[in-house]
Amino acid sequence: MNPAETSPGAGPTPAKLYGLLAEFETSEQMVEAARRAKEKGYTYLDCYSPYPVGEAADALGFPKSEMGTVMFLGGLTGAVSGFLMQYWANAYGYSLNIGSRPYFSWPSFVPVTFEMMVLTAALTGLFGLIAICGLPCYYHPLFHSERFARATRDRFFLCIEASDPRFDPVATREFLQSLQPLSVEEVPE
Amino acid sequence: MTVATTVELDHRKRPPAGSGLPLEPEMHPLVQRPHTLVSVGEALGDVVFKPHPRGWWLGFLAGFALLQMLLVAIAWLFYMGVGIWGINVPVAWGFAIVNFVWWIGIGHAGTLISAILLLMHQKWRTSINRFSEAMTIFAVMCAGMFPLLHMGRPWFFYWLYPFPNVAGVYPQFRSPLTWDVFAVTTYFTVSLVFWYIGLIPDLASLRDSAPKRIQRIIYGILALGWRGSAIHWRRYEKVYLLLAGLSTPLVLSVHTVVSFDFAVSIVPLWHATIFPPFFVAGAIFSGFAMVVALAIPVRRWYHLEDFITDHHLDLCGKVMLATGMLVCYGYFSEVWMAWYGHSLYEWGTTIERLFGPYGWSYWCLIFCNLVVPQILWSRRARRSDFWLMVVSIFVLIGMWFERYVIVITLSREYIPAAWGRYAPTVWDYATMFGSLGLFLTLFFLFVRYLPMISMAEMRELLPKRQGGGGGHSIMENAP
Repeated sequence: MNPAETSPGAGPTPAKLYGLLAEFETSEQMVEAARRAKEKGYTYLDCYSPYPVGEAADALGFPKSEMGTVMFLGGLTGAVSGFLMQYWANAYGYSLNIGSRPYFSWPSFVPVTFEMMVLTAALTGLFGLIAICGLPCYYHPLFHSERFARATRDRFFLCIEASDPRFDPVATREFLQSLQPLSVEEVPE
Repeated sequence: MTVATTVELDHRKRPPAGSGLPLEPEMHPLVQRPHTLVSVGEALGDVVFKPHPRGWWLGFLAGFALLQMLLVAIAWLFYMGVGIWGINVPVAWGFAIVNFVWWIGIGHAGTLISAILLLMHQKWRTSINRFSEAMTIFAVMCAGMFPLLHMGRPWFFYWLYPFPNVAGVYPQFRSPLTWDVFAVTTYFTVSLVFWYIGLIPDLASLRDSAPKRIQRIIYGILALGWRGSAIHWRRYEKVYLLLAGLSTPLVLSVHTVVSFDFAVSIVPLWHATIFPPFFVAGAIFSGFAMVVALAIPVRRWYHLEDFITDHHLDLCGKVMLATGMLVCYGYFSEVWMAWYGHSLYEWGTTIERLFGPYGWSYWCLIFCNLVVPQILWSRRARRSDFWLMVVSIFVLIGMWFERYVIVITLSREYIPAAWGRYAPTVWDYATMFGSLGLFLTLFFLFVRYLPMISMAEMRELLPKRQGGGGGHSIMENAP
């Protein structure tokens, strides 16, 4: 890494680079930048925006989220185990004769099975989302950038990471500059 | 600067043709004035960093005072037992169950707004979904308290759940009361999950704009390090969409199960197939009344007229009118079925309900839920804070009386020898109004410390030329 290229905020020692962060005024510019970067052959890059921009994820090559499968499996687990739990509790664990109904009177087990399905699917959704996104993540190199605080407010960012095989501090910066960003910043590791 | 801008409807993804979803003929401005991404944050997010308006203190202190009353009432209840309440043998349920059903019904509007209206592409929900979800959570907390207190030995509440125990005793899953435990627990948890997931981007926004270090730390911890990555947003939207899809049948199931608590019994007028839809409609009716009753003062105190416009309240008024008519159809149907069914007990109980010792409560209910909401036919009333507030308060009272009328049926059912009377004691009232205090305290703390309107969703709703997502709503690009 070229020591002259290190960011001023990184302290006296030349820090390792996390990536180059380009800031855009509108979501369209960010999406266009992501598309162009993909065309250039970059693979380690991500967009950051204050609200979801579906085209950005499309441009990054993430057309479909895996969360549907995760939540389906979570819901299925809850429904099956909820049903079996009731079956066991009322047919074996503590079988009571209620109006001479069979111990395994499955229609009565439907509401709780449904509730268990919803409960586990929702919890899998929450914890699955957090886990798959790598959250909680209280330290992230991008938080070094002061400008990046606006990613949750009114600015749109594209970050090409230094781990990208095609990353070159000079050429990548030139490429990002050619996309008319508001700024291009080096983010230390 | 009163130029109203209209949310552009240039959906990149319209609802699929033939899905029956309207393409939103409305061109009402959902956001007044040309707000930008920054000004949305200033108007909605910075509220939590500024001093409290006077109205906040009014609401909070009133709620906090009532909360103290609740604590006293509960402490006395724990010491003395449920004998301090007015419950007796024919009317074993009393106020506790009336309040339980009333509170849980209020919660349902929050889920309706956050989930069902989302699935139906009703963008106006964005202004009110966050605080209605909070309202749901707090209302379910108040609701859940009552059956626990009513158990007599609340410290054994965990016996409601199946857990391995040496006695080898497990809940009876053929009973609607057990279903209710699972329904309410699930409802509370899922509402909390939905609310929290919705909050994550806004917490990150607060973290990045908070003036004080301690605020940055607290909001930062809660935001989990959210960075707004496009990949994360895609997963987020998928989860949000699926949670909305799960919450929709959930909210219907919860009040259906609550109605089963009554309908599965053999008490005349309870054992009716109309109960589930009738209960769900009533829940949404009272819930919208609570949304309106909270939105009107809060938007005035916090100057949120740009986001919660008269048009939003107009739509809430229409929902109240529609669900109110459904509920009234239920009242009509109950009487009709009792008469047409030729059951001596059904008809006899109906006569007792209408003209018996508690007949006044029935007519009170008819006045509050049938007569007063007719005001909402008038567009002027739906757009007037005063009239909407009046109708909402009447509906909240009326829906409380509806549950009272249902529970008090226990006083006159089959055999006259088993008839009785019911009178609430001062502790019943203290617990009831105290639960309102718990609700208000939690609600005003929420308003104080968290953004009461979703900033991320509001930013997305802004027109493209103002930096927004052009009228998109949070799950519309979630494949």
